[in-house]
Amino acid sequence: MRDAEFLWVGCGAGFSGDRVDAIAPVVDTLAKCPGRRVLILETLAERTLALAQLARREDPDKGYEPLLQSMLAPVLACCLQHRIRIVGNFGAANPVAAARVIDRMAHGMGLRPPRIAVLRGDDMMVHPQVRQWQSAGPATPCGALVSANAYLGAEQIAQALDDGADIVVTGRVADPSLTVGPAMAHYGWSPDDWPRLGAATMAGHLLECGAQVTGGYFADPGFKHVPALHNVGFPIARIDADGHCVIGKANGTGGVVDGRTVKEQLLYELHDPGAYLTPDVTADITQARVAEVGENRVALKGVQGHPRPETLKVSAFYEGGWLAEGEISYAGPRAEARARLAADVLRLRADSGQPLRFDLIGVCSILADDGGRMLGAIAAGGARDVRLRVAGKFQTLEAAEHLLHEVNALYTCGPAGGGGVRTAIRRRLETRSFYVDRAGIEASYFIFQ
Amino acid sequence: MTDQSVTRIRLYQIAHGRTGDKGNRSNISVIAYRPEFYRAIVDQVTVERVEDLFRHRAPHQVSRYLLPQLHAINYVLDGILDGGVNDALNLDSHGKSLSGFLLDMEIVLPAALAASLEVAEPPAVDTRWPAPPRSQQPA
Repeated sequence: MRDAEFLWVGCGAGFSGDRVDAIAPVVDTLAKCPGRRVLILETLAERTLALAQLARREDPDKGYEPLLQSMLAPVLACCLQHRIRIVGNFGAANPVAAARVIDRMAHGMGLRPPRIAVLRGDDMMVHPQVRQWQSAGPATPCGALVSANAYLGAEQIAQALDDGADIVVTGRVADPSLTVGPAMAHYGWSPDDWPRLGAATMAGHLLECGAQVTGGYFADPGFKHVPALHNVGFPIARIDADGHCVIGKANGTGGVVDGRTVKEQLLYELHDPGAYLTPDVTADITQARVAEVGENRVALKGVQGHPRPETLKVSAFYEGGWLAEGEISYAGPRAEARARLAADVLRLRADSGQPLRFDLIGVCSILADDGGRMLGAIAAGGARDVRLRVAGKFQTLEAAEHLLHEVNALYTCGPAGGGGVRTAIRRRLETRSFYVDRAGIEASYFIFQ
Repeated sequence: MTDQSVTRIRLYQIAHGRTGDKGNRSNISVIAYRPEFYRAIVDQVTVERVEDLFRHRAPHQVSRYLLPQLHAINYVLDGILDGGVNDALNLDSHGKSLSGFLLDMEIVLPAALAASLEVAEPPAVDTRWPAPPRSQQPA
């Protein structure tokens, strides 16, 4: 197979809030790749969509990825010029608004009007079962349903690309489907070609978290060296006709792609390696192998595929009240004893019946459990730079504020030498997952005009 | 096997890995740096030892999946995240740090194999925590 017949997929974002300046090197590299080129942008973590839904409630023109313009402005001209397709779930809770923004951007930049496809069908707030989900939320007065979205698959993305779309805007789709869709379109696979869909799904899985396969979330000084981590390059995969891939990264960037980074990302957020479930296929990596085939180039082989699940997953989010967090630091002799005393004061002063979590940062914090079993089992010691953290969930803003007022009062009413109080209150969301028959979900696309 | 023929090391000297999360479930990969380390990991990083190590996080269930082609094991810990990213009060509500905790587990290697370690570092001694697993506590 000649290079010009391959599909190249580059990933420019692995989550909402990813580095915006990582995209241009990916696009520049894709522009030099022979064959079909696609840029994917994955910006939709589990809770991101619920937050987007809240943003859309405040402003009907919002609810898409807030960084969308910053992401696309530097690369849109190059993508349109070189026919590098863009596929992204940056539509979030409002894909039409995202399409409108891109259309206006192109117009404002004097570019040709891009052909933009918008996927629909993931929003389950109009699904007949929504009433049932509404009552399945947290048993609190504030547990109203905020959003419910089904994970759509690759088929409609492939159809939109076949229809000549330059850009495909989606809401909730399974992350690997952003890669599988272009592969289906390019190679003309049928939706039940399980082996190829399985292999392409794992290619998409390697790509979907951006730098996590190129040296991000990996470096460990003395053990796992990553060159120029500050400029880690984002991944680009060559997808072959059988769905398998060779994964590399953008030219002129830092980071590393080797057997270790690929294995770590292959298993990331994976449970049974024989059954990685997506809307497209049940992928199986029990016989998978990775091979380093060049500098920063790793081949993935041996992935298998089995028929897709009959149901689609729906993620529902409910209002969950408020999260309050407060911190104060102690240092010097007996710092740990003073931090522990401050925790005792808060336990007595801020007892609202809600469980509070205490951390002694510098003694024991993130490895411990919310219930305090681990911290409780650790004997008091002589740590000399300790930050006390308290966190709690509250149904009302007033109750959340009360806790933080008590943290603030530790300045003058607490143990000696307490400094650096920081407090924060955030809206909480609770989530539930459901499974629905795929026959009840009508996924489709339309061309934005 | 006599005491002279084995060396106590830490898992991170022979393996790497990362944590992922979905809801209230965490998965931790453990991947041997070299194929010859894999057997020791399979034999010693058992479900029981992992359950014991994370007992303060009270997992409902711990499963492991062997991937010999990759010289890797995937550990799946259900119910370990206090509800997960949307629910937990933990600063690290994803549980991203849990792989580091697992990789600190003590492992025994044949001395000849341990002598070949590229990164040989004496195990850190921390007298307070993590509390030693029950299996290593004096009776």
